[in-house]
Amino acid sequence: MVDKIATNEPYITKQRIDKAFLWKDNQPLLSSLDIELTERCNNNCIHCYINLPVDDLEARKKELTTDEIKGILKEAVSLGCISVRFTGGEPLLREDFEELYIFTRKLGLKVLIFTNATLITPHLAKLFSHIPPLKKIEVSVYGMKKESYEAITRTPGSFETAFRGINLLLEYKIPFVVKSALLPFNKDEIDEFEAWAAEIPWMDKPPTYSMFFDLRARGDGNKNELIKKLRVSPEEGLKILTRNKERYLKEMKEFCSKFMHPTGDKLFSCGLGCHSGCVDAYGNFQPCMMLRHPDFVYDLKNGSLKDALTNFFPKIREIKATNADYLSRCGKCFLKGLCEQCPAKSWMEYGALDTPVEYLCEVAHMQAKFLGLIKDNENAWEVRDWQERRDNFVVKKKME
Amino acid sequence: MDIKVNLSDIYKPSEDIVARDIQGELIIIPITSGIGDLEDEIFTLNETGRAIWEKLDGKKTLKEIAQELARDFEGSLEEIEKDVLGLIRELLKRRMLVEVKKNA
Repeated sequence: MVDKIATNEPYITKQRIDKAFLWKDNQPLLSSLDIELTERCNNNCIHCYINLPVDDLEARKKELTTDEIKGILKEAVSLGCISVRFTGGEPLLREDFEELYIFTRKLGLKVLIFTNATLITPHLAKLFSHIPPLKKIEVSVYGMKKESYEAITRTPGSFETAFRGINLLLEYKIPFVVKSALLPFNKDEIDEFEAWAAEIPWMDKPPTYSMFFDLRARGDGNKNELIKKLRVSPEEGLKILTRNKERYLKEMKEFCSKFMHPTGDKLFSCGLGCHSGCVDAYGNFQPCMMLRHPDFVYDLKNGSLKDALTNFFPKIREIKATNADYLSRCGKCFLKGLCEQCPAKSWMEYGALDTPVEYLCEVAHMQAKFLGLIKDNENAWEVRDWQERRDNFVVKKKME
Repeated sequence: MDIKVNLSDIYKPSEDIVARDIQGELIIIPITSGIGDLEDEIFTLNETGRAIWEKLDGKKTLKEIAQELARDFEGSLEEIEKDVLGLIRELLKRRMLVEVKKNA
């Protein structure tokens, strides 16, 4: 209790939640929660790691019910959660999306929606205008032309419906940003896409791209072979990442100063399942969106978010790597932060948690060479003076 | 615009917002549009604001609230009344409160 009530401070302060640092070391058990409302999608994107056909009745039958999702959301609120991401598949496919959205917002949660925008209707746009999500909607845009867009989505008519949805968001002034996946079909449209994106009032930075595609989340040999072929080469990836060299160097300098160091035999070096997690479409609570290994997901139908966060996830975080190849390479590699290698990706690629993912290793080495962190033909895990190199890079780049 | 507030008025939190206590911080989250100007905005109350907010139950007048606070905290009743009226004006500006009519 305060001793003296009258003060000169403002009674009420408006804050951007991400910048407020309200809790410092006293963060709520759960700050943000991802919910995959469905794995089904009305598009059939050629590179996608998760989409199931819209009419997959078996998948539909297994999905969480409206009440089950509401129960999870209520528990999330009781644990201090402030933000929920609705993703999928295509989350707007669910017939109860509107009901779930209103319920979530009325609980005092902010909602981030990942969507392809094809199912945005005037009714939904009006709803977002009246009850704003409080987070910018993120729209994936696969091309600026019908031919390129639909070569990726493999869904006739999806180009028109997506842009109709985007135009509704613009018309109703619903804050959103766009992002894309770079594929052979659309990579020549990148300038056109960025020029268009720059006109969207809520785009405060250039769009992001996925291009080092993940393999199918639940495995699928044939599709995985196709996804591998669609990935950009490390050289191409670097060219795209460094299109704006100044911005890239600035971001890398900040990134390297914080995250670049070897992680030894610690398998999960990312804070896995700390204050966050992902509920899949069927009620399994994953410590991260990518990690679907059956031993590391928690069945919410027979438990609670709280139990997973306090008892189950901490045990996973303690698991050590044992693969000798991993220990002699990834475990000693100072590019660990820069490299996208992680147990989830290793599992998707090779069915084991601690196998070096060669493609990601090549991408990281390509970037490290560009940044001057390693020399040609040098393996980053063999570099002994990595701290000096990292510090030189960070300081030198700061002075430039 | 000057908002007129009297100590005999009664207020309660609006249904356009949700107030949540998260780890000891009172946070006000807008539900409908027009409360925050940007996406990703929330509101926090300082200790004075929070002490007053917790008494806004739609039953007590602002005068009664100030009198209760004067029993719990240091400060003259006059000072506390000033704080109560100040907060109420700020909250009304942001549509976070609704007035409860005495005969309703």
